[in-house]
Amino acid sequence: MTKKILDDGIVGRGNRDGARLFREWFSSLGDVAEQERNAAYVFVMGSMAEVLRTFDIPTVFPEINSLQTAVRRVAHEYLNEAEDYGYSPDICGYVKADVAVQLRNGQHPMGRIPKPSIAVLTNACNTYIKWAEIWERMFDIPIFTLDVPGTRTAGGQTWQGDPHFENDRRYVAAQIKELISQCETLTGQKFDIDKLREVLGHTNTMNQGWQRVLDLNQSHPSLFNALTDGTVYLGVTNGFKGTAVGAQYFTDLVEEMEYKAEHGIGTLTDEKYRLIFVGVPCYPIFRRFNEMFTEWGGTFVNSTYLWFASGGTNRGFEYDLNRPLESLAEGVLISVRDAMDSMFYQDRILVDMIEEFGVDGIVYHPIKSCRTVSTGLADNRRSVMSNYDIATLFIESDMMDRRVVSEAQLKNRIDAFFEGLASRKHKAAMAG
Amino acid sequence: MNDQVFTRWQGKPLDEVIYECRELLEDIDYPTVRRWRDAGGKVVGHFQVYFPEEIVHAAGMLPFKVRGAPLEATQATSRFGSYLCSILKTSLELVLSERIKLDMFVTHPICDAARNLAAIWGRNFSYPCQILYLPQNANSSHSAQYLHDEYNRLKQDIEALADRPITDDDLRHSLQVFNENRSLLRQLYHIKRETPWLLPADEAYALMAVGGFIPREEHNALLHYTLPLIEKRDMKQQDKIRIVFEGGFCEQPPLDLIRMMSRSTYVVDDDFMIGMRWILDDIPTGGNPLRNLAEAYLENSSYSPVQHDLRKPKEKMLMERIKNANAGAAVITAAKMCEPGLEEQVTYVRTLDKTGIPYFVSEFEENMTSFDHLEIQLETFVENLLFN
Repeated sequence: MTKKILDDGIVGRGNRDGARLFREWFSSLGDVAEQERNAAYVFVMGSMAEVLRTFDIPTVFPEINSLQTAVRRVAHEYLNEAEDYGYSPDICGYVKADVAVQLRNGQHPMGRIPKPSIAVLTNACNTYIKWAEIWERMFDIPIFTLDVPGTRTAGGQTWQGDPHFENDRRYVAAQIKELISQCETLTGQKFDIDKLREVLGHTNTMNQGWQRVLDLNQSHPSLFNALTDGTVYLGVTNGFKGTAVGAQYFTDLVEEMEYKAEHGIGTLTDEKYRLIFVGVPCYPIFRRFNEMFTEWGGTFVNSTYLWFASGGTNRGFEYDLNRPLESLAEGVLISVRDAMDSMFYQDRILVDMIEEFGVDGIVYHPIKSCRTVSTGLADNRRSVMSNYDIATLFIESDMMDRRVVSEAQLKNRIDAFFEGLASRKHKAAMAG
Repeated sequence: MNDQVFTRWQGKPLDEVIYECRELLEDIDYPTVRRWRDAGGKVVGHFQVYFPEEIVHAAGMLPFKVRGAPLEATQATSRFGSYLCSILKTSLELVLSERIKLDMFVTHPICDAARNLAAIWGRNFSYPCQILYLPQNANSSHSAQYLHDEYNRLKQDIEALADRPITDDDLRHSLQVFNENRSLLRQLYHIKRETPWLLPADEAYALMAVGGFIPREEHNALLHYTLPLIEKRDMKQQDKIRIVFEGGFCEQPPLDLIRMMSRSTYVVDDDFMIGMRWILDDIPTGGNPLRNLAEAYLENSSYSPVQHDLRKPKEKMLMERIKNANAGAAVITAAKMCEPGLEEQVTYVRTLDKTGIPYFVSEFEENMTSFDHLEIQLETFVENLLFN
């Protein structure tokens, strides 16, 4: 059976194709830079790729560029350069790495990053706004802030038909029209609603595929590691949003995961403990960080990172192609709002997931660089633990800055956490 | 609510009035808020920077500016991670320690950290806790309508808390009260700019900041009483550098730090508690008051690192502030771990470099108690300007 699977190439296809697409994407950005074509700088929470693709404007994700410097272990060079320029050690490492990329005229370990012709951002993270203001000054380009009102109070989401939701939707819809107008000015092209329909159709396939993939990881053993494999899938979710290639990728990924579920094929880890990851990965020691868990048989079955860093597309929102613009406003509002909820109000959903995913423990990983994600995690943990008897681990480091990552200290805490998990399992077995 | 909560200053000489304001400002038990509650009043706490206090006032409740405090965050620390500014922790500490009791809490998405507060607060207290989404796209043609709708949503929540409707006339009356307050604060700042020797920065700060936790009518009475006394002060002009202080829009520097700056400079303009002076002119009281309030926020307002408006690049606004205040130098600060403030510092400094305006860069924390080192640095900076 194993040989047949490997021969068919289904198992592991998502990771292989994802890595290939990622390299191709960066290579294509190098071409854009060489040819000095238009490029839009965007962010993972509300990239507005749906609109930008309609105008054939390539999207550049500075967050992804920055994290790649950490994964490739050169982030410190970029951070130092930005700090020499004047940026404080206490601000977001992604911003600083990007500033250094710009100071180096787009030089990046994965190729050359084009300069922006426009920056499109949402308010899902306030640092997005401050970051874009840097580009505005550096490049004198138009900055478009799509303001997406989030959830006002815990459990207080409103939906279609509610007057408060409709107020928010009208605001988002008006801004989308203004963005379209700005894209027309930038490109000299007229907006083509049929092309938007086509892009939304591909996005629908991707969104629903992404939601299905995440749900399928309820399987025992888990089908993919949310921390490592999940990050590969995330790259495609963002970089190929609204494309036929992206849609095909997620169609194939669903097929792979369903196949694995059907045949009981899990990750490479001999799964003993099923974990949820809350926060942002430790990219400066990405592989080693994961190994500290897998060595104990721990796998991450889900992660809030996969929700917010996909811009809330994990909800699987399906655009209504018969009324594309109205539906786009609804979808952006609901998805980006959900991404924000995944950072601020995730305690309730985490408790629900404990049963659904058969979770043994929750790992909280707040980081110095990102206050959006990290500020409320200690309180969130208190809340979850008061509502459910679940083991949790709280470890702090960073997504970019290795000066704040203490591997030995992390390992000590992680080892102690697994010893506690083992003891819990033992006690549960003894009890019955 | 007719009972006055801050009366100790009444009928006293100016120096004693300022002393009472300082005492109140540094009292972390907030006795004025306690008196308000003891008299049966409700309190809506709102985090920095700007909040449409008129809506709370129109419901007969006390808007209380949640701005941290110089105290040890013993209980709040366990609710937060590391690497955060102090104001977040001490603000929560004030309520966890029951120094302040609220009936509602509102925060804003001013920064990545502060936008978490509604969720954190909501997990710890049973009263309503929410985010007021002030628009971050001030340049959209729909922003004013959106903000009107958002204020209307907030109004409904406040009506539910007050158990009474808020009429347009209620709002108009509140706009008048706050217009008067803003006008008095403009006069206070006019004195700072034109005759700074009459009003050291720490004294001006104390007179302004107490407005955040007493009824605005009482603040108006206080300012009406003190402004003429300040103008009659017999104080001589000194040969001090005129500076603009930037970086006090959210977490506040300790009063002693401001006093220290006053010893060697004239602080002729600043962004301390900028939310209280966010609206630059009187808000019209005719027509739709919520719409007027929304329009004023967007179209007739100051600036800060936490509001994005393409029409108001922060460095341009700072240069205007320096020019309008006829200042010769700037003190560019940020609260420790304040990301927006620290990010803006880079732009400010580069712009000041280009224009040749001297500046002094620093960080502060509300809990600082030692200023000796900072004072030596500032004095050296000032001496360089005076003697070179």
